[in-house]
Amino acid sequence: MKPSSTDFYAEPGHEEDYPAYDVGAAGDFDAVQAAQKERDDQVLVINMGPQHPSTHGVLRLLVECDGETVLSCRPSIGFLHTGIEKNMEYRTWAQGSAFVTRMDYVAPFFNEAAYVFSVERLLDIEDKIPQRAKDIRVLFMELCRIASHLVAMATAGLELGALTVYMNGYREREVIFDFFEAVTGLRMNHEYFRPGGVANDLPENAISQLHQLIDWVEPRLKEIHDFCDDNPIFQGRTKNTAYMDQTACFALGITGPRLRATGFEWDLRKKQPYCGYETYDFDVPTRTGADAYDAYRIRMDEMVESLKIVKQATDRLERSVGEPVMIQDPQYKWPAKLVVGPDGQGNAFSHVKDIMGENMEGLIHHFKMVSSGFKVPAGQAYVPIESPKGEIGCHVVSDGGTHPYRVHMRDPGFNNLQAIPLLTEGGMIADIVVSIASLDPVLGGVDR
Amino acid sequence: MSENLPEYPKYQQEVVETETGMWSTGTGDTSGYGLITRTIEMPTGQQPPFGDWYDDAIKRVEEKVDHPFHHIVFDHGELTLYVPREKLLEVMRIMRDDYPLRFEYCLSVSGVHYPEYHGHEFHVVYHLESMTHNRRIRVETGAPADDPTIPSVTSIYPAADWHERETWDMFGIVFDGHPHLTRILMPDDWVGHPQRKDYPLGGIPIEFKGTKVPPVDQRRRYL
Repeated sequence: MKPSSTDFYAEPGHEEDYPAYDVGAAGDFDAVQAAQKERDDQVLVINMGPQHPSTHGVLRLLVECDGETVLSCRPSIGFLHTGIEKNMEYRTWAQGSAFVTRMDYVAPFFNEAAYVFSVERLLDIEDKIPQRAKDIRVLFMELCRIASHLVAMATAGLELGALTVYMNGYREREVIFDFFEAVTGLRMNHEYFRPGGVANDLPENAISQLHQLIDWVEPRLKEIHDFCDDNPIFQGRTKNTAYMDQTACFALGITGPRLRATGFEWDLRKKQPYCGYETYDFDVPTRTGADAYDAYRIRMDEMVESLKIVKQATDRLERSVGEPVMIQDPQYKWPAKLVVGPDGQGNAFSHVKDIMGENMEGLIHHFKMVSSGFKVPAGQAYVPIESPKGEIGCHVVSDGGTHPYRVHMRDPGFNNLQAIPLLTEGGMIADIVVSIASLDPVLGGVDR
Repeated sequence: MSENLPEYPKYQQEVVETETGMWSTGTGDTSGYGLITRTIEMPTGQQPPFGDWYDDAIKRVEEKVDHPFHHIVFDHGELTLYVPREKLLEVMRIMRDDYPLRFEYCLSVSGVHYPEYHGHEFHVVYHLESMTHNRRIRVETGAPADDPTIPSVTSIYPAADWHERETWDMFGIVFDGHPHLTRILMPDDWVGHPQRKDYPLGGIPIEFKGTKVPPVDQRRRYL
């Protein structure tokens, strides 16, 4: 049906005199528009994003729909590409942690862990990492998993109109962030995991703060259960929505909660343990619905399991107070001694006094380590770990120098977003946001 | 370079690049020694046996495909098979479909650029995983700079779709047979492939009061 020329609102918009470029398969929007004009049917072409509150960042979707039925949905990414991998080739190995932590900013510790584990494998120091450092890493990764899942829950709730879930999710996450801040000095972008260990030990009151955190979060996870699990609206929106079976997961390389929602018990913490996960007691929740509702339930159950690990790690850390948190080999050990002071994180006064006043060799060593850094033997490594979104791994190539030769982060969000057409096409347009939320991509990690 | 390094298994190494430091070379900086050169050597060419399941997997591929490997590296418990690009699709299909191998997942595809590794300037690295056997393997293939073409594995591993597009975007490696090899992270009209070693980082100097710190890609480098 041609638009009537008398109806002002049915008039086609005026032609733009500049081309609209895009960065992916979605193609040139002008060309899509022109093709649609030629086709002259009822198909509606909608450009969703990149600035859309329910696309979890700057994700652009080009949607063709017939009425409210999605005919095709083509995702387009790259709006948050910052060249982190290229930048890392010009920085030392230790500085790398500061870059990777900014990739998937909702789960920063997993980026750091993936990078740091790969560097440690190349350095052949995996066995020499102190036990306390490993326990701290596990503690932080599991707290971060809870924080990341809470964001996934909260934003998914918001997209369905459940504002309370959003507020509650972020409230609990804030408590976890307070703990991160108390230890690392920062709420996000921590740069806390370093090759060889962690940047600094827990402060004295950390254990008591951890107990408070557990006491706060544990009962409140149940609140989200109460809001959502049996809520007819929530179930109506998520059950049988964004269906993806195991075959599709295998074809598209999907890992994480979406794979476990097909009933496949695949969790790298159990299957290929790293960082001492084999010594912790926890279960891998699975469900068989393969839809958005089951992905949500799995995330909820995983938070409970993560809390179990957090409690065990807390017990271990209580027993190992005073033990080193960084490898003792001075060739790799970061020379600084960081403490969180009243004005933020910085070098301890005792360390500054030592290198500036008493110990010239210490100053030379400090200078050499900070400016030049350590060398990493030539070779390549890839250590996969289980992030809240799926498998994250860092492919690190070294040429034997003080800088990485190549770093490539395999981000689960990047891979999982390929499933968007599969999840949305043939469904309703309102279910697109549910589909995206069920994958839980973070565009910082997707675009890097 | 090896004197300063910790104990590390010695094996035949191949020089892929020679690097000179930025000390005093063409700059006014006279604080360092300007004649340091360092050769970049990658571990190459090891002979089996490696033990465990690795030998069986290698043998299995060799049974099915004629001369499948350029060379094999076993390093830090990770097996890397260097496959000539002509054999890549054959090897990948065996990797996925043959039961004793059964690497169902292609988790990551990443490119690496070795500008002085003549004949193999562009490398593409595939990380495969077998969930049936709980194993991992790395397949690597190379292409010369004047013909950076590698067959696409999307017909075998559909998951490699976006990963290959990213590698094309960043390195300019053409994946033959890819359904829509377009840029994915950079804008469509971008010129050049940013992750190549000859592509500048494009930093700007940092200005302080009374002084300037050069951009990070022009600072002196420690070899």
